[in-house]
Amino acid sequence: MAPETARNTAGVEVRLEDLSRRYGTVVALDQLNLTLGPGELVALLGPSGCGKTTALRLVAGLEEANGGRVVFGGKDVTDLPASKRDVGMVFQAYSLFPHMTAIQNVAFGLQLRRKTPAERRRRAGEMLELVGLSGFADRYASQLSGGQQQRVALARALAIEPTVLLLDEPLSALDAKVRSRLRDEIRRVQLDVGITTLFVTHDQEEALAIADRVGVMQAGHLEQLGPPTEVYSRPATPFVAEFVGLTNRMPGTVRNGVVEVRGTDLALVQPDVANGPAMALVRPEAVSLTADGGLGDGPLVGTVIAVAFLGATSRVTVDLGDLTVLAQMPTSQAADSPAGTRVRLALRPDPVLIQREETTPTAS
Amino acid sequence: MRRLSLSWLGALPFFVYVGLFLLLPTAIIVVGSFTAPGGGFTLANFSGIDKPFMVRAFTTSLSVSAVSAVAGAVLGAILAYAVVTGRPDGMLRRTIMSASGVLAQFGGVALAFAFIATISTVGFVYIFLQQHGIDIYPKGVWLYEPPGVTLIYLYFQIPLMLLVFLPALDGIKPQWREATQSLGGTTWHYWRYVAGPLLAPAFLGCTLLLFANAFSAYATIAALLTNGGPYVPLQIQALLTSESEQTQPGLAQGLAFAMIVIVVIVMTLYALLQRRTSRWLQ
Amino acid sequence: MNRSQRIKLRIFRIVVLVLMGAFFLLPIGAMLEFSTRGNSVDAPRTLAAWTQIAQDPPLLKAIGVSVQLAIITSLGMLVLLLPTMVWIRLRLPRLRRIIEFICLLPLTVPAIALVVGLKPLYVWININVTPSVQALAFAYLILVLPYSYRALDAGLAAIDLKTLSEAARSLGAGWFTVMLRIVVPNMPSAILNAMLLSVALVLGEYTVANLLNFQNLQVAIAYLELVNAGTSIAVAVAALLLAFILLMVLTLVGGRLQQQHYIPGQRT
Repeated sequence: MAPETARNTAGVEVRLEDLSRRYGTVVALDQLNLTLGPGELVALLGPSGCGKTTALRLVAGLEEANGGRVVFGGKDVTDLPASKRDVGMVFQAYSLFPHMTAIQNVAFGLQLRRKTPAERRRRAGEMLELVGLSGFADRYASQLSGGQQQRVALARALAIEPTVLLLDEPLSALDAKVRSRLRDEIRRVQLDVGITTLFVTHDQEEALAIADRVGVMQAGHLEQLGPPTEVYSRPATPFVAEFVGLTNRMPGTVRNGVVEVRGTDLALVQPDVANGPAMALVRPEAVSLTADGGLGDGPLVGTVIAVAFLGATSRVTVDLGDLTVLAQMPTSQAADSPAGTRVRLALRPDPVLIQREETTPTAS
Repeated sequence: MRRLSLSWLGALPFFVYVGLFLLLPTAIIVVGSFTAPGGGFTLANFSGIDKPFMVRAFTTSLSVSAVSAVAGAVLGAILAYAVVTGRPDGMLRRTIMSASGVLAQFGGVALAFAFIATISTVGFVYIFLQQHGIDIYPKGVWLYEPPGVTLIYLYFQIPLMLLVFLPALDGIKPQWREATQSLGGTTWHYWRYVAGPLLAPAFLGCTLLLFANAFSAYATIAALLTNGGPYVPLQIQALLTSESEQTQPGLAQGLAFAMIVIVVIVMTLYALLQRRTSRWLQ
Repeated sequence: MNRSQRIKLRIFRIVVLVLMGAFFLLPIGAMLEFSTRGNSVDAPRTLAAWTQIAQDPPLLKAIGVSVQLAIITSLGMLVLLLPTMVWIRLRLPRLRRIIEFICLLPLTVPAIALVVGLKPLYVWININVTPSVQALAFAYLILVLPYSYRALDAGLAAIDLKTLSEAARSLGAGWFTVMLRIVVPNMPSAILNAMLLSVALVLGEYTVANLLNFQNLQVAIAYLELVNAGTSIAVAVAALLLAFILLMVLTLVGGRLQQQHYIPGQRT
């Protein structure tokens, strides 16, 4: 459920019940159930074709469901067309009307609602101020950068005081630096307005950074729904573990509720796993290394073959002979082990997921 | 400096050629239309234009061009919309596009014959309708009159409209319709406030192009109206092929110059509208 | 878009396409019908008008003339235009706008008007150079300029001409080699496009030939109409179908060449 934080919740609860959508014989969305608390921001995350965009478009009313309901604040809107649903929508890109200025774009929804010109101007001006573009009111889309265009699109979506805000990969067409700034900006505005928001993305970093809860989707259904920290640190399925963050696949043996990986016993996330060989999914942050002389040999001793500097942290690639393992650590630590160093790895005893060949999820 | 002049040499053949066969003839027209028979500047060559049959030639040419341009633009835009709502890489679209490429160029002798074979009094469709009690010529044969010429021109105007207007329609993004919907707009609102204003410059520009196209056309009416008719190109033909050139040597140049001026004005407006369109609908 | 809107759109499309199809196919069908008529109302269908084509020396001569003109014009266009456009792009980029303006100029000078200016020129050519009909190619090269320019320009825009030619020249190639071995092989569909457009235009040209008193295909057809309408319509429809086939081939082959050369590995 939504976290009970003290926040401005003008928003309403949004429920998706058994929502299904087929295209011919392809099932794009398979009985999806999802409830967004008032004012909550839920990010749907998954690879392309997983059904996340379909879910968003069904909520928007841009497509018709084959089954199930969409409920806004207790009111069933399943049969309402998009124009009657009061949703604010921000598209991937190029959604601003090119023959209107920024402020005309923002005021357009108000014009359709027959607001007076004075009121339109006031409200549109406020919205542009909210997204920090007061000085750009009279620019056309072609005179705005990609990031500015998306801000105007956000202002336009919010100007009509919608019940729900829907964001369809709004950052994916922008370059990296603009992306992270605008991401934080969207979150600030969303908290400010307190609107219930569904955010669709294929970028896990984006989803983890912005959302109250993240829903990881695959093949038309939710694999896991939970707060970002939970999805990251306790993935419910191997698919989630592999899709969210980087993962080392290390062969091991399950024995009585623990998995033994190269001499280290690790607890299991999944209970009741039959004994036998399995792949353990180990996060790079759970791998640490010590560089000493005279390490001798051992299952976890290897050679550093590459160090990737990522800023505050660094990612070290270690060759164990039959296996390559990634370890992530503060850059100051990684500096002790340049490429060529002999190192001994240690695995933090966090619970891990295991994967067996027969349960390997196939790419859909 | 030596390199520069060598560079210019590379483009010389082209400039010499277009100078001889494009710029020189144009200059002959422009200069000739202002030159008196004995040399020296004159406006007398244009005085022939105000004779009643010349005025009629201009009004007929202009009105047939205008009507066929507007009708061709409307029908061509409707066809373009029907094409653009289909699969973008579908066989239907590719077939229609390449057929239009041929038909848009299909002015001239064959086109006139095609309509003679279709709806003249010996034509297939005329005879068929006649046998079923429908007379398409209750008040006389209009095939050789302006309405008939307009109809025939539609045969290349509609495909031309399809070719030049389709890129604009392709530039309309589905997000704009969806954004309008989510902002509370109906289909009417979408066409009234979004698609309509966005397409208007392109539509207007393409209509102007069609106008210039019809106004410049000569071969079709020449083949259709073997005895001449009230059209500017046929007046030029008459002047070029008859002895009357001896009596009015500058009039053909004057008419040609007037045609060029009209087409240049129309095409300039077209280019300006195209520029706006390309800014909106890339 | 909901279900009823989709159905409405589908009905709209079918109605439009059927009506337009009828408008565009009827005249062509009528030409075929007309050209196979017998001598009297009840006479059976006959191909007499079509077989007449082969027995009409002036017509055959005119067909030969138009084919020659088409070949001369399209080759002449390539020789004149392609090296100039390449040269301009590489060495004189400042002139690009001027060349474009000149090449598109014939669109704003109606052929019927241009003839007025060409007439004195051709009187001179007749006397001092050659009285032969092939001289028409001089004028035709001007008429095909806008279409050829656009086709070639699209082709040149799709290749990185500067890098390619610099690479070739650093390997010791001269300008001639660059043109023939680098530029031409890299834009086959654009060149084919430009040539076929020129061919189609020349085969259909009537205005200039008629008013400069030359006998090409279209002038012959127009004249024949007065004598033997069936045969003239048979030739006209044959020429039209030929143009169709040429341009259909162009669309199909062009599409394939395009894929092979410019966007390798792209999903289709």
